[in-house]
Order: sequence, then C-alpha cells, then structure tokens
Amino acid sequence: MSSYRIQGATGEWEVVIGLEVHAQITTQAKLFSGSATAFGAEPNTQVSLVDAAMPGMLPVPNRECIRQAVRTGMAIEAQINAWSRFDRKNYFYADLPQGYQISQLYHPLVGEGSIEIALDDKNPEAGTKVIGIERIHVEQDAGKLMHDQHPTMSYVDLNRSGVALMEIVSRPDMTSPAEAGAYLTKLRQILRYVGSCDGNMDQGSMRADVNVSVRRPGEPLGTRTETKNVNSVRFVMAAIEHEASRQVDVLEAGGKIVQETRLFDPGTGTTRSMRSKEDAHDYRYFPDPDLLPLVLDQAFLDECRASLPELPDAKRARYTDVLGLSPYNAAVLTADVDTAAWFETLITASAAKQGKDEAAVAKQAANWLTSELFGALNKLGKGLEDSPVSPEGAAELLALVGDGTISGSIAKQVLEKMLETGDGAAAIVEREGLKQTTDTGAIEAAVDAVLAANADKVEQYRGGKEALFGFFVGQTMKAMAGKGNPQLVNQVLKAKLG
Amino acid sequence: MRNHRFELMTDLTELGVAALRDGVAGGAFTATEVAHAFNAAVEAAQGALNAFIVTTPDAALAAAAKVDADRASGQPLGKMAGVPIGMKDLFATKGVQTTAASKILEGFIPPYESTVSQKLWDAGAGMLGKLNLDQFAMGSSNETSGFGNVISPWRKGDDVTPLAPGGSSGGSSAAVAARIAPAATGTDTGGSIRQPAAFTGISGIKPTYGRCSRWGVVAFASSLDQAGAMARDVRDCAIMLEAMAGFDPKDSTSLDLPVPAWEAGLNADLRGKKVGIPREYRVDGLDADVAKSWDDGIAWLKDAGAEIVDISLPHTKYALPTYYIIAPAEASSNLARYDGVRYGLRDLPEGANLQDMYAATRAAGFGDEVKRRILIGTYVLSAGFYDAYYTQAQKVRALISQDFMKAFETVDVILTPTAPSAAFALGQKSTDPVEMYLNDVFSVPASLAGLPAMSVPAGLSRDGLPLGLHVIGRPLDEQGVLNASLALEQRAQFSAKPGKWW
Repeated sequence: MSSYRIQGATGEWEVVIGLEVHAQITTQAKLFSGSATAFGAEPNTQVSLVDAAMPGMLPVPNRECIRQAVRTGMAIEAQINAWSRFDRKNYFYADLPQGYQISQLYHPLVGEGSIEIALDDKNPEAGTKVIGIERIHVEQDAGKLMHDQHPTMSYVDLNRSGVALMEIVSRPDMTSPAEAGAYLTKLRQILRYVGSCDGNMDQGSMRADVNVSVRRPGEPLGTRTETKNVNSVRFVMAAIEHEASRQVDVLEAGGKIVQETRLFDPGTGTTRSMRSKEDAHDYRYFPDPDLLPLVLDQAFLDECRASLPELPDAKRARYTDVLGLSPYNAAVLTADVDTAAWFETLITASAAKQGKDEAAVAKQAANWLTSELFGALNKLGKGLEDSPVSPEGAAELLALVGDGTISGSIAKQVLEKMLETGDGAAAIVEREGLKQTTDTGAIEAAVDAVLAANADKVEQYRGGKEALFGFFVGQTMKAMAGKGNPQLVNQVLKAKLG
Repeated sequence: MRNHRFELMTDLTELGVAALRDGVAGGAFTATEVAHAFNAAVEAAQGALNAFIVTTPDAALAAAAKVDADRASGQPLGKMAGVPIGMKDLFATKGVQTTAASKILEGFIPPYESTVSQKLWDAGAGMLGKLNLDQFAMGSSNETSGFGNVISPWRKGDDVTPLAPGGSSGGSSAAVAARIAPAATGTDTGGSIRQPAAFTGISGIKPTYGRCSRWGVVAFASSLDQAGAMARDVRDCAIMLEAMAGFDPKDSTSLDLPVPAWEAGLNADLRGKKVGIPREYRVDGLDADVAKSWDDGIAWLKDAGAEIVDISLPHTKYALPTYYIIAPAEASSNLARYDGVRYGLRDLPEGANLQDMYAATRAAGFGDEVKRRILIGTYVLSAGFYDAYYTQAQKVRALISQDFMKAFETVDVILTPTAPSAAFALGQKSTDPVEMYLNDVFSVPASLAGLPAMSVPAGLSRDGLPLGLHVIGRPLDEQGVLNASLALEQRAQFSAKPGKWW
C-alpha cells in the first residue's frame, strides 16, 4: 500500500496527499452566539442577531466549543496552545454575513499531533503508519445559498452561519488513496470517541479539502491542487485517484500543474477547476479586535484531559490483551464508539448474570455479537443503534447458553424470536419449550430409535467409517428438536455404538 | 402659582443632570415637565442646528411618566431619573431608526437595544432623539454625515459663518451646548467625545477601554471604540458615566469590574497628586490661544495642590499615523457587513449579479470619508503590505502604551490641550483629509493606549470660541481624571454659552 504508484506512459509516479478536514463541533450552541445548531431545521430558524451580523453585534466564544477542540487535540497527543487568538478572514459572499470568517491563522488552538493508521484494516499484521497533524484550529462555518427557489434570485439560509468547526490539517504524509481513506476513517473514529464531532459526513458535519500532487519517486514535491468539500471517505479516495491520474496525464503531455481550487463531482468521480491562484482572494487576515486572546488555565486543561474516554487504540489493545479477543474481533468492536459501548454494556451485564468476571464472558459475547447479532441485524437491514435487542436482553440470552439451559443452535432460534417479538430470551425458551434436555433416559430412548432406524449405517460405522458419528448426532438432535444436551448425546451415542 | 410653574418650565433647560435629577427627586418639578421643556427646545432648534437625525418626544415623555409614577408610588429612582438625554445615532435603539449617519442604514430599525442605552433607560433617563454624527463616527467636524452637517450653536461674535461642532459626536456636543439636551451619549475612537466637547464648551469623558459595553454600538474600530458621557460639567459626566458603565458578558472586551461611585468620589483637592506635562505635545506652531490655555490649566492644577512634573512621551509623534492605520484597518472589516443582503440599503441594478449589487450598494450608501477609510484599511491589510503597515502599527501602539505606563510611574494624571485649535468653520478643512486628521493629534494617543481621558472647558479664544483642556489618567482611574477635571472646572469658572440665534 505504501508502494502505491501510478503507471504513466513515461514511468512511475508517486502521489502526495494532505487533508484539511472540517469537523463540526458537537455542541448545542454556535461558536460565538447562543443559537442552536440542529441539522435539517427550517431555513433561518437557528439564527441569532450575531449570526446575521446585525450592526453592533459582537462575538463571545462558546467555552464548550473550545473545550471540545482541546479534548480532540489531546486525543491525538497534540500540543495544546494555552494562548491562542482568533483572526478575521475577510471576503465578500452572500452566505457570509459579517463579510469575514472568524478563524485562527496565526495562533491556532492546537499544534502538532499525529494519528496512527493501520495499513490494512483487514489484516492487523500489515503494520501501521503515522500521519502527522500540523494543527487544529477553530473557526465559524458560513451559511448556505439556495439557488433553486426562484428563477432569478438566490436565497440565503443562515442556520449554519457561525456553527463551530475544527479545521484539522494533516501533513502531506499520505501516499495513496487507501492511506487517505484510512486516515479519514481513523480521524472520524477518534472524533466520535472523544464526542467532539458526530462524524456524519452525509449531513456535512465532516468534510475534507483534499490536497494532491504527484512526483517522480524521490523527486521534490510537485505543484498541488486543492479539491474542496469532499464529503465521504469513498469520494475522497475517488477524488485522489482521479486528480492524481489527471495530473500525471497533464505532466506527461508536457503541461504544467496549475495551483488551483477544484471541485469533485460525485456523479462522474472527476474533479474540475473552480478557481486558479490568480483569482485567489486576498483574505487580509488580521487579529479579530472584538475578541481577546484565548488563554486557557491549567484547571481547564486538566478537566479536558480527565474527561477523555478510553481511545480506540488503547481500547483495541485492551480487548486483545485483557479480554482475550481475536485481533479481528477487537478491531470490529472498537471501530465505532457506539459499538464498543454496546459491547461493554453486554459484557458487564453478562458477567453479572453469569457470576463471572468480564474477561471470562468477553470472548463468548464478542463471537456472538460479531457473528450472530450483526448477521441477524444485517438481514433486517438494521444497525446496532436500532437493534430491537438490548445489551441486557442479549446478556440474558448468553447466560442461558452459558449455564447449559439451551444450546448454541437453539440460541440462534431464540435470537430470531427476540428480534421478531421483542420478548426476553428466558420467556421465549419457556414458552416454546426450548430448554435443553439433560434427562439421560429421554436421550437414550432417542438414540435407540435412531440406531434402530439406521441399522445399515451402524454396521458401516462399526466397520470403521467413523465419520458417520456426526450423522448420528445430527439425527438424534433432530429427533429431540435440538433440545438434547450435546455432551450427553455424544456420551450416550459413544456408549451405544461402542 | 400656574405662572410660576410655567416660568420654571422654561428655565428647566438651563439645568444639568444633577440639578434635574435632584429637582425631580425632591418634587421641585416633575420629570414630565422636564421632558416637555426639552422636547420643545429640541423642536425649536432642529431646523437651525440639525443636531438630531430623528427626534423621539414620545419616548422622552413615556420615560418621564414612568419616573413620575415611580416617585408617586414611592419606588426608588435611578441615577438618571427624570433626565432626558440625546442618544448618539451609533447606539442601536429598539424600534427607533439607527443609521450611524449613513445612507446605507437609512430606515434600519433595530429589534434590539444597545447595552449602554438600555442601562441609561433603566437608570430613569429618557430619549429626546437620535443625534447626528460623522458617518460611522469617521470625522472631526460632523461634515461626513449622510443626513447633513450639524451646525455648532457657537458663532464667532457677529460672524454668522457656520462653525463645526467637532466630531464625530457633533450632534451630541451641539445639543448639550445649545441647552436642548442636558446630556448626551458620545463614542470616542480617536477623540470623538473630547474634541467636540472642547469645540462647544462642554465636558466629555471617555472611560478606560472596556468600561462601557460595545454591544449594540455600530462598530467603527473595535479596539478603540468606547462610549462615554457628554454633559455641561464634570459632576454631570460622572453621574451619567456611572449609569452607562459596567460589565457586559455580551462584549468579550468588556471589563468584569464593579463600577466605582464616581460622583460620590469627586474631590477637587489635588494635594499630593502629580500632574505630568508631556513636552512632546508642545508642538512647533502651537496655536497661541491653545498654548495660553494650557498654561492656565497648569497654574490651576498647581493652585489645587498638585505638583507639576515635566514628562516625556517619546512616541507621540507616531500616534496619528499609527491610528490612521489601525482604525481604518478595523473599519474596512467591520463595515463589510453593509452589503445590501440582509438590511439597510440595497441597490440592485437591472441584471446585476451579487458582485454588482455589492458595488452598487456600497457606492451609493457610503460617503466619501467612509470609502476613503475602507480603502486605506483594505490597503494596509493587503498581502505584501500587512507587515509594513499593520504589524508595524501594532508595535508602535504598544510603544505608545509603554510611554504612558512609564509616565504613570511618576505622575497621577497628564494635562494637555484637547485640540490644536478652537472650532473651525464648516468647509474649512473638509477638502484636506490630512489637515482634518491633525485635529486628533492630542486625543489619539490616549485612545491607542485605552486610557480614560476627559475634556473640560478652559476658557475662550480671542475669537470668543471655547477651548478645552484634556486630562489623561491611568487605566481604570476615571476618578483621578474626574477629580483633576473638577479642579480645572472650578478655577476656569467657564460660564460662557452660545447666544440663542435660532
């Protein structure tokens, strides 16, 4: 993967990628006003006097937005700047009421940090790579223009105006679309763990500006282009792929790459020019005189650090090292913070129900969750977040398996009924009479009947065809409607077939 | 008895803030009588002086009625109870047009009230109207208003040439000097309270930056803008400033400090105090009247018990160029919001796109001086010029502040003239912006350093026009500024007032 190369007509090319990710900070209120930030609200219903830049209005920083950005910085082990400052980025556009965006150019809140990505998430053995993060700064979002409401006019919706964003700027450390995809996925995972951004790329809460250049291996960096506002991991990878090969084509045809801003078209998977550097705005950045420098005291920083949850890498290591899960299960269960939380609730409840410690029930729970529940939900077209079975309900089911009340195969049937009816596992087992039979007499009777009905196979088995043992187990279980205790069935069969 | 009351009402406009407040509280007259008297005076002068952009007699009467009712029912009365005032039209007033004297905001009626004006209403003041000013507070003569010049009530003897009331708070200074308002709000970015106060023979104080909330005040230059009080004397300014000041969580630059009892703390005894006289302010070619008035001031403060100390503020000569980089830079950004999209003027030529609309709207809405400063500000912030101008100006600004801090290690207050001359005629300087900017030479340094400063009337020039003396204090030491100003006021015995020619 790190050896990703584009084969041009004249030889190999290397791709260099940097991402600027805009992540909307999850808060009730905007960065500098008290307005709400709900997604999908009626146009212009989440707008204060400040957001609309009425005369004489002033920004007041929202402490929670700053706190979330600091916690995010801490989660990527970045330098936190206890002294930072807001600057104005000046330009005119109808979705920008102030005529400037309040951002941080000169003194960002968060400095150097890094993120470790897996080079192949299907294969934990493939190794990792560290992607540098240059900075995270906090800034305001703009509003939105609607061009489809009137034949000759555009409408302005200021609901997003002033919403808090983190701009997370990576180093140009990625060298393939897959690495960029892995970086974005990992970043989203961390943000969701920290709780600083919901990571909903389809709602625009997270979007990436993609910087791409190409060069001959070993040569200095080429001229880059920036593709704006790409809003899914898949699109980011597609944009890089297209943009890199476009650049190679231009260079191999003897052309030059123009430093410019480009747009990605998800329909065609291509990028097109938006504006070149010559048309670039002079943003006339200067410190916002309405705001004092942002100074963070130690108590605030301490609280930010203390409030950080267990992060994905630490959690995955604990799942394998302490809970004994397979690397695959650990990766699957930690991929999303909500899945991990679901799993942890499940093992806590399981441990309590079964009177064991969590490590003793974790493996059973992980296997059941990743194979049984995920599979069943998948068939229903549901995700874990809308699972009809709660972690507590699942713990009840697993406890019935654990104490031998039902077998693993009966558990599958019970789960189906649980998903169907919403009833509890014990109630279903009771109602449907699915309890495992440990009555040796009943098992012996069933075995006798099976052996009598299959005298020919008994002969063959006794003649050395031992593989037929499984057949007898299956027949016996079938005769007992799956309720025979598997160990007892085995024992009785072995004795009778002798 | 009836006649006596009527007599009294005509005289009410001669009273200042303290006298009106005490008279209403003591029952000598009612707040309603006061409001009627000033409403009538406003109406009589409006055609001649153009001090107001809109008058609000009903607002004045409603506030007065509330005060009278409160008094009748034994409710406690506020610091400004029964005092009608003029409100500079830079303060947003809920339901009343707020324009910053610019056509770009003509017809704009805010659905909100600025913090400072709200505090004044809460203190029992009433609003006579919205006072004219230089457009977006940019100017020193009130000639940049989009709603016509304010004419000073002062005249040079029998000469009827219209004089400048100073700027940008020229409507405020003219109204107070003409006795059509006992007090008025002002805002001061580089001298906009102090210079007009000096030009019209009244008192005006700009407090420490951050004392008064900027929330709801149309911004000119955010790091410099500060509201203050303009009234006939030092006590009246102290009373009004107490009502205006105070922490506002809606303004990040607001100071989270209690408001001192400035009126109660007034004390003209300066024994043990040291007054600095900055040698750099004694510029070549200083107007003889101004120089004499400054010497008078020095003698008066000595008489009040102060020790006079020669001090140096070496970076003074860079103050004006520094100010004329920083203020326009901030203004160019602050005024970007007047774009025709959401409120105020929209000029949308046939077939215009967004850029055309911006250009047409701003070309039609902004006056020449506003455009000049937006251009200067845009230039000094541009790529390639930013470091040479803006960054450099910020460094000089820091040096100017250091000059003051060093001086305040030895002195308690600093005395200078307020302006380099008495009022000039309208039109005399409006063709040369630099000449106009030079009018701020003594007031700008204190603005750059965010210091409290006050102008008090010191006497008349040989032409019979008022001259002001300027007291600059330590950060947060408004009391020291007020006290030194009171000592000057008591000795200057300034009683001149313009003849009522309108």
